[in-house]
Amino acid sequence: MKPIYFDNHATTPVDPRVLEAMLPYFTEHFGNAASRNHSYGWTAEDAVEKARKQIASLVGATSKEIVFTSGATESNNLAIKGVAEMYAEKGNHIITAATEHKATLDTCKHLEKKGCRITYLPVKGDGLIDLDMLRDAITEKTILVSLMYANNEIGVVQPIAEIGKLCKEKGVLFHTDAVQACGKIPVNVIADGVDLLSLSAHKMYGPKGVGALYVRRKGPRVQLTAQMDGGGHERGMRSGTLNVPGIAGLGAACEISQNDMPTESVRLRGLRDRLRATLEANLEEVYINGSMEHRLPHNLNMSFAYVEGESLLMGINDIAVSSGSACTSATLEPSYVLKALGLGDDMAHTSIRFGIGRFNTEEEVDYVAKKMIDVVNKLRELSPLWEMFKEGIDLSKVQWTAH
Amino acid sequence: MAYSDKVVDHYNNPRNVGSFDKSRADIGTGMVGAPECGDVMKLQIQVNAATGVIEDAKFKTFGCGSAIASSSLATEWLKGKTVDQALEIKNTDIVNELSLPPVKIHCSVLAEDAIKAAIDDYKAKQGAGAPAEAVTH
Repeated sequence: MKPIYFDNHATTPVDPRVLEAMLPYFTEHFGNAASRNHSYGWTAEDAVEKARKQIASLVGATSKEIVFTSGATESNNLAIKGVAEMYAEKGNHIITAATEHKATLDTCKHLEKKGCRITYLPVKGDGLIDLDMLRDAITEKTILVSLMYANNEIGVVQPIAEIGKLCKEKGVLFHTDAVQACGKIPVNVIADGVDLLSLSAHKMYGPKGVGALYVRRKGPRVQLTAQMDGGGHERGMRSGTLNVPGIAGLGAACEISQNDMPTESVRLRGLRDRLRATLEANLEEVYINGSMEHRLPHNLNMSFAYVEGESLLMGINDIAVSSGSACTSATLEPSYVLKALGLGDDMAHTSIRFGIGRFNTEEEVDYVAKKMIDVVNKLRELSPLWEMFKEGIDLSKVQWTAH
Repeated sequence: MAYSDKVVDHYNNPRNVGSFDKSRADIGTGMVGAPECGDVMKLQIQVNAATGVIEDAKFKTFGCGSAIASSSLATEWLKGKTVDQALEIKNTDIVNELSLPPVKIHCSVLAEDAIKAAIDDYKAKQGAGAPAEAVTH
């Protein structure tokens, strides 16, 4: 039996309706969208322009503001590096946050080496940034604020509209990595005051390897320095032959997500809350990481005190989730996102991220909850820390032999 | 990461889980590791003072599957050995038996440390000639 997939923040399966929209563009309509002088090219171009409209509609933009990329990592690179180069005469200061995705953080680190000054805002205990701190961080040299819409680990949704308003007031461009939010919660670049927005197909039931960057054309007209040289596709911002089947899939994924959002977000929230309620009713010493109020409807991130994350994953090997534990990462460091919330390493080690998706059912939620409860109880029986906690020993006062 | 069959077996059916009264004179307790590092092992031995033979051993471990398996295996190996024989158990023996990958070698090191700590505790109690408070590190 295949494991139950509860890791929808990592990636999502392609919706069969999306696949159907893609298939003709692999074989029958294989043309290059840049071929202007025959019907193969025109058909491909039509598909691309249809997708552009579908994407623009999802985020409240116009078609001409959508630039296709290979995914959100490229979108983030293009937005941040493109602004840093284009606006270098205006300033060299960029503001981001400690809990951003590596595609943003590492791009900023790269620019830091090239002479940019980067401010990494801390977050509060609930994962939200402090707007006053952001306001104070903006200087005359600030050219860009890059803050994610919703976090990939804890699902916390930042006050994007307030950030957008503040950036507008200060005359600073605002980029948001909206990979986790697009198609899940309402995103509108006008209402949110966003100038640049990254999104990806594979987080919303589209294919891997395709994404987009929204680039505002009016009020202000945002310019970017291209990061790849070539045929000058995508209005000179991103060269490279367009991935027509992928783009058709991204478009279809956006349209389906937009149509289904009112009912689907309610359904997912119901499933997530059911999971949370069952776990909390049956287990003591479980803690939610990040704000529950400002959160994606399908995300739950919980720490199960006194059990180690990797052993927990081993016990639930018929369920696909991810852990903030060091042991599951290549770096042997526990999640930097959870640490940024002020969580100790010990609690970060015990965290599990649940990402519920379009194809999950209530039966699956109940199975996952029961399995989690069984395994946590079993591992606590095995845990010397649980035993000490039950004896009333304050673990923070014990002198451990760090190794 | 794929676990070896032996690690999976110890994880699913851990041997000798539990605790002895650590204040008893015939019990040695070793607790090693730290919660921040993601693993803590508590290993206890019950020693026959007349023969010096470890008659029983118990463990509790907070840690990954390899840490649980290393300590579970250690309790199996300890039973029936004399204290001196127990001191000869090396972490590399555990690595070999459980086919631990390089990133999990520290689990076996921790198990060896736990064995030594338990024996030290037992010997300290014997030396003191009276039940002493167990050292927790």
